[in-house]
Amino acid sequence: MDFTFDEQQLAFRDAIRKFLMVEAAPEWLREIWETTETGRSAELRAKLADQGLTALSVPEEFGGINGGDLDWVLVQQELGYFAIPDSLTATAYLAVYLLQRLPADVELKRQWLPRIASGQARVAVGHPINPMVADAKNADLLLLWHEDEVHALRPEQAKLRLNPSIDLSRRLYKVEWTPTAATRSCKAALGHKLWAGVIDRAGLAISAQLIGLAQRMLDLGVDHAAQRKQFGKPIGSFQAVKHHMADVAVKIEFAEPVVHRAAYALAHDDPRAALYVSQARLAAGEAALLAARKSIQVHGAMGYTWEADLQMFMKRAWALNATWGDAKFHKARVAAAVLGDDARLGPGATFIDR
Amino acid sequence: MRLEYTEKQNRFRAEVREWLAANLPAKPLASFDTPEGFEQHRAWERKLAEKGYSAVTWPKDYGGRGCDLIEWLIFEEEYWAAGAPLRVNQNGVFLLAPTLMEYGTPEQKARFLPRMATGDDIWAQGWSEPGAGSDMAAIRSRAVRRNGHYVVNGQKVWSTRAVWADWLFGLFRTDPDSQRHHGLSFLLLPLKTPGITIRPIKQLNGLPGFAEIFFDDVQVPVENRVGDEGAGWSIAMATAGFERGLMLRSPARFQQTARQLVDLYRRHRETADADPGIRDAVIKSWMDAEAYALATYRTACRLAKGGQIGAEASTNKIFWSELDLLMHETAMRILGARGELMPNAPDGGDIGAWLDGFLFSLAGPIYAGTNEIQRNIIAERMLGLPRA
Repeated sequence: MDFTFDEQQLAFRDAIRKFLMVEAAPEWLREIWETTETGRSAELRAKLADQGLTALSVPEEFGGINGGDLDWVLVQQELGYFAIPDSLTATAYLAVYLLQRLPADVELKRQWLPRIASGQARVAVGHPINPMVADAKNADLLLLWHEDEVHALRPEQAKLRLNPSIDLSRRLYKVEWTPTAATRSCKAALGHKLWAGVIDRAGLAISAQLIGLAQRMLDLGVDHAAQRKQFGKPIGSFQAVKHHMADVAVKIEFAEPVVHRAAYALAHDDPRAALYVSQARLAAGEAALLAARKSIQVHGAMGYTWEADLQMFMKRAWALNATWGDAKFHKARVAAAVLGDDARLGPGATFIDR
Repeated sequence: MRLEYTEKQNRFRAEVREWLAANLPAKPLASFDTPEGFEQHRAWERKLAEKGYSAVTWPKDYGGRGCDLIEWLIFEEEYWAAGAPLRVNQNGVFLLAPTLMEYGTPEQKARFLPRMATGDDIWAQGWSEPGAGSDMAAIRSRAVRRNGHYVVNGQKVWSTRAVWADWLFGLFRTDPDSQRHHGLSFLLLPLKTPGITIRPIKQLNGLPGFAEIFFDDVQVPVENRVGDEGAGWSIAMATAGFERGLMLRSPARFQQTARQLVDLYRRHRETADADPGIRDAVIKSWMDAEAYALATYRTACRLAKGGQIGAEASTNKIFWSELDLLMHETAMRILGARGELMPNAPDGGDIGAWLDGFLFSLAGPIYAGTNEIQRNIIAERMLGLPRA
């Protein structure tokens, strides 16, 4: 039994954290989000590729570093903390997962995996669990669900309609397209399994990002409470304010290991992985929503402004929490597993079938 | 990361499971807050001690099993899953013992630990006083040193199990001129010492689960002091850390309650679903009990690799006490009008022990440092917010 990450995983996480602290400052992200149509920066993507992020999941034979879900989960927490937009996860984690598992004769993976690894391609992934496809217009390739099949097309082959989101980092498109034999790259029999895997990995990525977002909003709230003075003292010295922040810390403390267990379960093909991912989504979502609620309260009127950075993280948390399966979806999956006739519950059932 | 048990750990689990199946009392013991129940529970501690099970993490020399924290978690899982009795000596085994291991002299360890393991000495704790609850540094009970003894005068209150316990550990002011957390010492004293008066206090369930203790010129030998004179505060803080840290409330306890809650819900699903919030609370109970287990395993693994447990211990106490409340409140919602029935009500049906558990769950956010105090600790020591 070892519920800790290995040195290499922690070192990679630390390197990414240091990198993002410098290269993904809130004011820089806001400039990209608020002034460009794509909301993305080729320059930042190239730097992320230099860090190995775009190659993380890609197998070595295609120029990647063959990392797994456990390598991703810590990185995803950092992506959440620094509000890195959806395109990186959709491309480097979800699309790679799909492409890699396509039948051997599909040319698509030889064509795209090396380009993804080197940071030269963006892929958008569309599934009806989401009403929109994020970053569809700026993508080089769309991987789309149709009756459990996987279809691949270029954005020019589809009609894309922008639907603005309150989360300024997001670029959401309604995608209208016609599936054909030429666009189909995988039949429904295999596709069914692959799409389930995509939903679970998206769920893991979002859970981890929500933990990172919760931590960021907590840090912003604590910073503000330590600096802002009223009645002659920092407001963070008042119990009512302290307790808001402490409640968030508690939620994060007990959501994080749930997310890490979900990563382990996915990495080891545990049959309960879907349950654990949904549990992670709910726990991390609760932490992030509470962090948003408490941090805006602690910020006072400043929290309600466009100017304060809190809004970036708060809006991202709201948006992500309902993406790739909202709380209703994930709660239903947990309920089916926990309240079912063959549920394995109780002491000793955490890691083994009892 | 490797979330699997080793062969050795699986063998230990099987051994504990077999032993419990063969040795559990045939019928449930009476409450340890009754005279007969107290002695039944003492006898059970003695039985556990035969296998080193009363204190599995202690070294074998003191009557333990020398288990690591993962084995302790396994033991607890089997223990709670089997429905084994509550632990009458938990104040001693889980709070005083770690303190003695760290701060006690070899003589003190040899004198107190083996008798604690066998249940020969059951321990109560003496922290709170009428004027010193959350503000423990306001302790006024004095222990004045005279001729190789401390002469103790004062009063303690809310002392759990003290009505029938054998020994008390607690904090006393050994420097009469001292203020606040200075000048306090950590003393051990037999509750049968002349000059001690114990007045039982009835709890919500009508049983005397705690007591007031009055000290009137009580003589305590100096060798019963743990650590240096005047160093009591930091030793007590370490003990309090154990209390809200890992070992007072193992996750298995809450996972067992969560399982029972799921069972209760499933038996009463048709009526329970009339209040949609119930189903939600049942699911949340399972999730939070599981989260508490995962967090505890993670902490145990970090400690095994040389990590430390710090202010995050305070997050534990808030989390499990609120979880325990949620589970019992939910059970009461499911039971509805039968919820008020006492366990011995002849027509209670499957009311089980939910009512008693519900009452006890209300104490969780209060004892071992109120949750408000824990939130202050988290805010100041984990998050670095300024003191008031």
